[in-house]
Parts: sequence; C-alpha cells; structure tokens
Amino acid sequence: LSEKPQVSVLASAVTPGWLAAYVPDARRYDELLDEKGLIRPHWQPLLDQLTGDDARTVARRGLERTRRLIVENGVTYNVYADPQGADRPWALDPVPLLLLADEWRAIEVGLAQRARLLDALLADIYGPQRLLSEGLVPPELVFGHPNFLWPCQGIVPRGGNWLHVYAADLARAPDGRWWVLADRTQAPSGAGYALENREIVEQVLPEAIRQLEVQRITGVFSELREQLLSHGDEGENPLAVILTPGPFNETYFEHAYLSRQLGVPLAEGTDLTVRDDTVYLKTLAGLKRVHTILRRLDDDFCDPLELRSDSTLGIPGLIGAVRANRVVMANALGTGVLESAAWLGFLPRIAERLLGEKLSVPSVATWWCGEKPALDYVLTHLDKLVIKPTYPNQRFEPVFGRNLEGEKRRRLVQRLRARPYAYVAQEHLALSQTPVWRPHGALGFAATPVAIRMYAVAGPSGTRVMPGGLARVAADTAIDVVSTQRGGGSKDIWVLPDSAQEAVAASTVRTPSAQVRHDDIPSRLVENLYWFGRYTVRCEDKARLLRGTIAARSDEAVWSAASKFCRELGVCSVDGDPTACLRDDRNPQGVTADVRRLAWCASQVRTRLSASYWRAVNDMQRRLQDSVAAREDPRTALDQLLLSLAALAGFAFDDMTQDEGWRLLRVGRRLERLQFAAGLLAQHLASEWATRQSHVEWLLEAYDSNRIYRSRYVVAPRLGPMLDLLVRDSEHPRALAFQARAIARDLETLATSLGITGEMGLDEAIPQLTDAKLNALEAEGTEAEQARRAMSDRLRALSWAAGQLSDRLSLRHFSHITLDAQALAT
Amino acid sequence: MKGTVRYRIRHETAYEYRNDVVHSHQLLHLVPRPTAYQQCLEHVINVTPAFYRKRNEIDTFGNLVTRVEFDHPHRKLEVATDMEVEVHPRPAVNASDSLPWERTAAELAYRGSDPARDSLEAAKFRHESPYVRIKTLFNDYAAECFTRGRPILSCAQALMSKLHTDFRYAPGETTIATPLTEVLKNRRGVCQDFSHLMIACLRARGLAARYVSGYIRQIPASPDALVGWGASHAWVAIFTPPFGWLELDPTNDVFVGTDHVSVAWGRDFGDVSPLRGIILGGGSHRLSVGVKVEAIQ
Repeated sequence: LSEKPQVSVLASAVTPGWLAAYVPDARRYDELLDEKGLIRPHWQPLLDQLTGDDARTVARRGLERTRRLIVENGVTYNVYADPQGADRPWALDPVPLLLLADEWRAIEVGLAQRARLLDALLADIYGPQRLLSEGLVPPELVFGHPNFLWPCQGIVPRGGNWLHVYAADLARAPDGRWWVLADRTQAPSGAGYALENREIVEQVLPEAIRQLEVQRITGVFSELREQLLSHGDEGENPLAVILTPGPFNETYFEHAYLSRQLGVPLAEGTDLTVRDDTVYLKTLAGLKRVHTILRRLDDDFCDPLELRSDSTLGIPGLIGAVRANRVVMANALGTGVLESAAWLGFLPRIAERLLGEKLSVPSVATWWCGEKPALDYVLTHLDKLVIKPTYPNQRFEPVFGRNLEGEKRRRLVQRLRARPYAYVAQEHLALSQTPVWRPHGALGFAATPVAIRMYAVAGPSGTRVMPGGLARVAADTAIDVVSTQRGGGSKDIWVLPDSAQEAVAASTVRTPSAQVRHDDIPSRLVENLYWFGRYTVRCEDKARLLRGTIAARSDEAVWSAASKFCRELGVCSVDGDPTACLRDDRNPQGVTADVRRLAWCASQVRTRLSASYWRAVNDMQRRLQDSVAAREDPRTALDQLLLSLAALAGFAFDDMTQDEGWRLLRVGRRLERLQFAAGLLAQHLASEWATRQSHVEWLLEAYDSNRIYRSRYVVAPRLGPMLDLLVRDSEHPRALAFQARAIARDLETLATSLGITGEMGLDEAIPQLTDAKLNALEAEGTEAEQARRAMSDRLRALSWAAGQLSDRLSLRHFSHITLDAQALAT
Repeated sequence: MKGTVRYRIRHETAYEYRNDVVHSHQLLHLVPRPTAYQQCLEHVINVTPAFYRKRNEIDTFGNLVTRVEFDHPHRKLEVATDMEVEVHPRPAVNASDSLPWERTAAELAYRGSDPARDSLEAAKFRHESPYVRIKTLFNDYAAECFTRGRPILSCAQALMSKLHTDFRYAPGETTIATPLTEVLKNRRGVCQDFSHLMIACLRARGLAARYVSGYIRQIPASPDALVGWGASHAWVAIFTPPFGWLELDPTNDVFVGTDHVSVAWGRDFGDVSPLRGIILGGGSHRLSVGVKVEAIQ
C-alpha cells in the first residue's frame, strides 16, 4: 500500500453525515474504510472533491449528468426476461472503484498468466489432448460440454492465438486479496461498456480524473484493433468485422459501440458468406474478403453447416474457412469449452503441467462433484457452498446451500447424486463493499457489494491487460450476486498511478480514431437505409394526402374524389373512412403500418443514426400511437406526424455521414416521391374531374405545392400550370423532372465511387412527359380527354419504371445476385 | 473368408426445390468407413448439378466425409452413390463374460488418474448430444434391464429386446425433430428413434454408446425380412469391456453381423447424417431417397 502520509479521518466523527448511510459490514472487506473505520488514504482526494461544501449539489448534478449522458449516448442493455423485450438504460454509478497501482499490477500479472494458461489448455484440448490422457482433465469437462466443438478438433488457428479477448470476474475476499470467480473465454462482454463508462465519468468528474492521474484504458483497444487488422495475405488490405447476433442481443449496444470505436464494420451472419473456404462481406460494391472476425456470437451458433443446424445467426461453411486457415476468429471457435466453473478446481495442476508455474491470482475454492471425494465433501458442507451447473446449457440457477431446507434440500441432494458430474460447488465468497451515491439526491454514500471484470487482449506485442474495467454492483445490497440481467449496476474502475512518469506515458496513448471504411458497410445495412428513406417519404406523402382529404370534407365533390384516391392508393381500406383510418392498424398499406415499418428499418440501421435521430423516430411513433389512442382530431395527429417527418428529413441531411449508404437513402426518398407523385397525377388525369379548379387546388394542397404555385403563376389553380409545376419544373423539389434528374446524378456518383457501371435512371420516361403540350390537356371534348388519358398512361409508366429501378437496385446492391457470379468468376 | 458377404449398394437422394437455390454447401457421409469387419472395395458418388467444388475429408470421428459446394442457381440436387462392400463375420461373444454394467460405468468415469486408452475414446460417447438428451425418464424405462451386477452385454441385449417389443415400427410418424420423450410416450418410430432412445437409456447410466449409420441387407421376398431396407439404416454400438465396441440393432432385435454395412458413426444422427446442407434460396423442397442393397456373392 501507499506509504504517503495522509490525514485520515474517522468517518462517523468528522463528516457531516455523508457517510451516515454507509454501514461497515464485518463480513466484508471494505474498499473505502480500513479495519478501524478510517478512510483509506487513496480515497481521500476523491472524497474531498465529492464531499465539499456543496456535496449535495455535486451528487445531484453528477447523477443527473450521468443519466443524461446515458440517454444521449443511447447506452442500453436488453433484458431477455422483459416481456416487451425493451432496451433498458445502462445503469452506471459515477463514483468509481479505486485500485492502487500495485493492487492492479498483481491483477495484471495474474490475468496475463491466466490468458497464457487458457490458451495453452485450449491448444491441448483441440490438439493432442495430453491432459486428458494423463488424467489431469476429466473427459466430462470436455466431451460433455456443449461448447466443445467436435468439428474443430485438430484445427490450429491462424496466428496461433485462441483467445484474443479474455476476461475474468474477480472479487475481493475479506482478507483483502482478489480472487477469480470465473473466466470468460468465448466472447467476453463488457469491455465496450467499460470504455463508455469511462467516457461518461470523464465528463461527470473531469477534475477528479485529471487530479488523480487515472490510467487511460484506450490503449488496449488500439492494440486490439491493430491485432485484428494484422491477418491480411500479401498485398491485401485486411478487413475485420464484428459478428453480432443482432439488435435483440442483450449487449447489442456494445457491439455497435465497439464497431465505432475500433473502426470495424458490424456484421450479422447474413451479411457474410463463405465461398471456396473464404469469408466475404456483402457490401454495396460486391463481395469483399474478410480476414478477421471478432465474434459476439456463441460458439455453437457460428456455423449451421457443421454445428447447430437450427442457427439462423451463423455463417454456413465458416468452419471450413477456419480449417483452411483463411480467416481468424477472435476468439477461436470452441473457446467456450472453458466457460464452466468446474475448470477452476483443475487449473492449478494444469498450470503446473503446462507452464510449470503456480497461479498468481487464485480462483475461489471450487469442487467439481464428478469426483467421489468432492461429492462427499460437498454433501456434508452444503451450508457453506454455492451450487452451480457444470454446463452452460443446463436449466439450473445457482443456489446458496444455506438457503435450502427440507424438501428443496432433499431434491438438490438427489440431483447431485444422480448426475454428480453436472454440478459444481463453490465457496461462498463475501464480496467486498464500496461506496455508491445514494439515489434521489439523498446526501452521501451507501455501501454495496462489488465484483469486477478485467480484460486482457492479445496485442501485437503480447498480452495487454486493461488498466481499468467494469465494476458491477449488486441490485440488492445484501446479496453476493452481481448480474446485469438481474438489474445490477456498474461503475468505472480507476487505476491510480504509482509514479508521475507512468502517468505521462499512459496519457500519450491515444484513442483509436478509426472510421469504418465506407465501402466496407454491409449491404443489408444500406438496404435498410434505403428503405428507411423510402418509408419516411411514403409516410409523408400518405399523411399529406390524408390530411388534405380530411380538410376537404366540407366540399362534397372534392371529398368524394379525394376519398376515392385514398382508397385506391391503399391509404385507407376499401370500405374505410379517411377520417377514421389512422385507427385502423390492420390495413397493411395504412399510415400507421408504414410508420411501424419506418421504425423497424430505423432499428436495423441504428448504428448509423445519431442518438437524437433515433430518439426522434421513437418519439414520432409513440406520439402517433398516443394521439390515436386518445382519439384526437386526426388532423392534429397528422400535423404532428408531418412535423416529425420533416425533422427526420432535416437530420438525414445535416446529421449523417454522406457516404454511399446515405446516397442510397436519398435515392430511396426520391424514388418513393417520384413513384407516388406519378401515380397520383396519373389517377387525377384519368378522372372526370381532372380540369376542375377545386380538385386541382386540392391536389396542389395534398402535394404541398400551393404556395409555390401561387408565387409562380398568377392564374387561379388550373391543370396546365399545375402539371407544369409538378411534372417538368426543374427547380421545384417535388417535380418529377427534378427528382428524376437528381436520381440519375446520385446513381452516377454511386457508380463512380463503387467503380461499377451505373444503373440506368429513368431517362427514357422523362422527355415524353416534359415535351407534352400541357395546356392542350385543359380543353373540353374527347380529343383533350384522350390526351389526358395518354398523359396519365405515361405517368403510370414512369411510376412503374421507378418500381423496376428499385428492384434492380435491390438485386444488384443488396442481394448480390449478379455480383455473386462475377465475384466467383475471378 | 468363410461367411464373408459382398454387397453392391446404390443410395440415391434427390431434393427438388420450389425456387432457385443460389448457393449451397453440402456435407455427405456416404462412403463406408473401413473397419475390422468390412472393406469398401469400390465407390463412386455422382452429383448433379455441376458443383463448384468437391473435397474428401475425414471427420473427427474418423468417418469419410465429402464436402460439396454449388454456386449456380439450381432447382434439383441429386446425389447417387454406388459402392461395393465386403463384410466379414464377427466372432461370437459370450454375454456373461462382459463386465457388470456398474463396473463398466465406474471405469468410464473420471477417477483422477490416467484413463485407459479405449475408455478415453469411449468417454466421448457417454454424454448428452444434440439429439440425445439425458433424462431420468430413460433411467426409469430401462430399469428392469439393469439389475444389480448384471453383465453389461446381457443388459444391453435385454434393453434391445424390450425396445423391440414395446415399440412399433411406424415410418413417417416421426421426424428427426421429434423429441425422444415423445417417442417414448407414443411407442412408435423408426430405426433412428429406437437407436437414439437406446443410446439415451445407456448414457443415462453413465455407459458409452454411439450411433451407427449404414445399410441393411434386402430380402424383400422373405417372410423374415429385416426392417430398414429401402432407406439408410441405423443402430447402436455399445462399449462393452473386455470386448470393446459391440453393435446391436434395436429395430430388428439382432446383433449386427454380415447383414449390416456400416457407413459412419458419431454421438447421434447429427454427426453422421448422409446429407447435411445449408442452402441459400430454394423455398420449400421435396425429398426422395432410395437404397438398394444386393448381395452379389
């Protein structure tokens, strides 16, 4: 411990109540107070900052700021048990857990050793299996484990590392030592949350973090990135991706966050494909070879061809590519076999056999019941032990033996005797306790049990341990279970420097400022952006049409024509009433259904949207629902909706990176607008009221062009000038010609930047429309009527051509039907 | 060798898809692996449509596996294997000479010392696997066969006969997705179900059992025709010290001899499925399978 003399105070005596609610617990080690109840010296500077004259304000502001940043950054955690499957805001207490430099160094050494040990153990399990034949490892732990991947037997991973990211859960025992509770070897979660926590706490307690010279944690991420991108074959630009199970996974936020931090694209299984033992990412420009996959997908889901055939999340043929040494999996497939508490009891002997070393950080005492003497011990000491399942797929929640009585106890004993190898017993370790700010602005701190998750990364220069990590606190202050799924919270971990020199060296390591190369964006993402664009405009067009229709209720002739349009375009159902159709959520073409689709697409492209954008989408949907449920005037709901949609459009232009994805979003918006407008005008021209002023005026209103019409033409609304404005005007952004030209330009830019031959726009259809003599369409008589019909047909053809173009774009950029063949011919 | 039988076997599988399959990876377990009692003298696998790539490998259980990848749109996949296999008779064993079942289980369990080589191999086959969950239900069902101190082979034989008596062979009533608990409840199924169930009963007691896929001799005219021809067949191998692995066919209540040709073995059907593939596109499909087994000597 630090020898630096420090004025320590007796907590209860001196402080004006801010430790009043902090109750020391004789069974636990206390992070803040020593055995005498004195504040440990290394906490003093932080406490001085947090508990000055305006302690109450500091706490309130700190908690508020933290909450706001969490919402703004969209930090969430999905809870599987939640019936709504809703995201829950991440729980973070801004008061960090402090670790002295030499405490951390002991953990660092221990973690690096364990990472080395577990790597060697995996090499043996998937290789010669010497430990099994020497009897140092029970076959039950390997062959009985659902994440022992049989098809991976004999594979030596390219680069030689099984573990690229390794994490250990540790807790401090009453004796002050840190013990390992569990090893995380498959796809450890939480490192991203740790980084996010630091980012937030840095803003909440900027002075404290600077004054205490807290070690930075970003260096580890730079090293990870460098390592992930080190597996290219000669002359190739290496590409790494993060493989995620998708937005419904509990830690999806983190996957997206890491993707941004590491500058590595986020991909779902369907974004990747294996051809000839090589993994490819489907991108807009075609298939791009993937060299490294940082996976957040569980072992047995990774390849439905050779593993669980019911997995829709994996990549068929992946193991073939791994076997052929064409791709690096981080972590290697099958590393999940080490995720069982049962291993802890065997690790000391394995360490001696494989490394000739003793474990420098011990594991909590563990008995695997598969051995007779262990079972006997466990049965006679149940009260002191926690019973856990050996295998992760067992339906068995850990239980404290002392909590079981009578029938429940008898049943547990029966289970243990029937399948002893399926159970593990661990000593019940009382977690240490640490201060958290009391909620709701109550003054001072409360004590809560804490465990930490620490991370090691295989970097280019060997194993690097993150000087920091994720501290997790229990939801219930009385129990020793920390679980994010069960509502526990988190904290940042501050590792204090032991010399000024080290602090300087650490602070020179910079955050990776990497960006995903825009041509590496998975095409599924862009497909959703494209549809997001289409649905925003579709909602807008339909809402406007509906509002215009409802507004025309007093004019019987216009109302009936407008209602007919609404029905023909599907905005309300065949027998539906436009004023009631917002409430009809069964109409698949209704506004409500389209808003739902829009929100769904947005959820699929969430990684590309800023937090405020995402919030705007959610607010819009909620507001519409509320307004409809409250039976407000539909016009109010529609006005509100149109306003939100306008805001979304604004965001799309000001707030997004203007890359190919964005360009396709814009093409989507334009195609949609053009298709809808051409269809509506075609219908109008084919109707018997085509030349009536009131109807023309209504159409201009429904198309949000009344004002511009008035400024452009002196005449009252008439068919000829209206068509002039809505079809061939080259400056009015709602005109068909304007849209068609803009689409052509976007497609050209896209083709140039992707290096492909562009798609034909709508060039052929436009001149026919713009060359037409519009004023002749206004006349009475059959000739004019025929001319109107002909114009209507041409508009219909344009609308159809827009649909065709959309299909071609989908095939080409999203499904890779033509590009697949090309990619394989080379 | 006296009693040796030579077979000519043809195994055809055809998938017809409603829509184009754009891309497809297939794993085939169709070539009989060599064993002490059989040799595959000749085999050829014909695949249509034209494949992009085909490769032969050996899987983790020592089976011969062929990987095929297709990259052109197709609506039909046909795989036909022709083979000639020679099968030799196996020495008779005396059930009462096998170890009591409890001792067999105890020897397979971890005891903190180095295991014998063959029990380590057997240890691979005494755990739950995707198609064989272990439940106390199976323990109870088989209890009468496992009386105290009974030699394991007698137990296994009794279990096989019990299954044969209790269950009805009912093709088409179960699929590979039918859970074993349901098979046990309904008492109907096919070779796959009976084999999985027998394996579950054995593993529930800590014994080692593996799933063997293969073919069975075809004697259509005979009144005591063995069940299971016309399709691929499956049975069970049991680790039986001191004899090693012995094979029993619960569908026919017989020991495996020269009427059976093994192709592959694993923990359960999933490890040795004749054709296992993942396709892109295709929509719904229709599957037809035909197996012809002729003794030619």
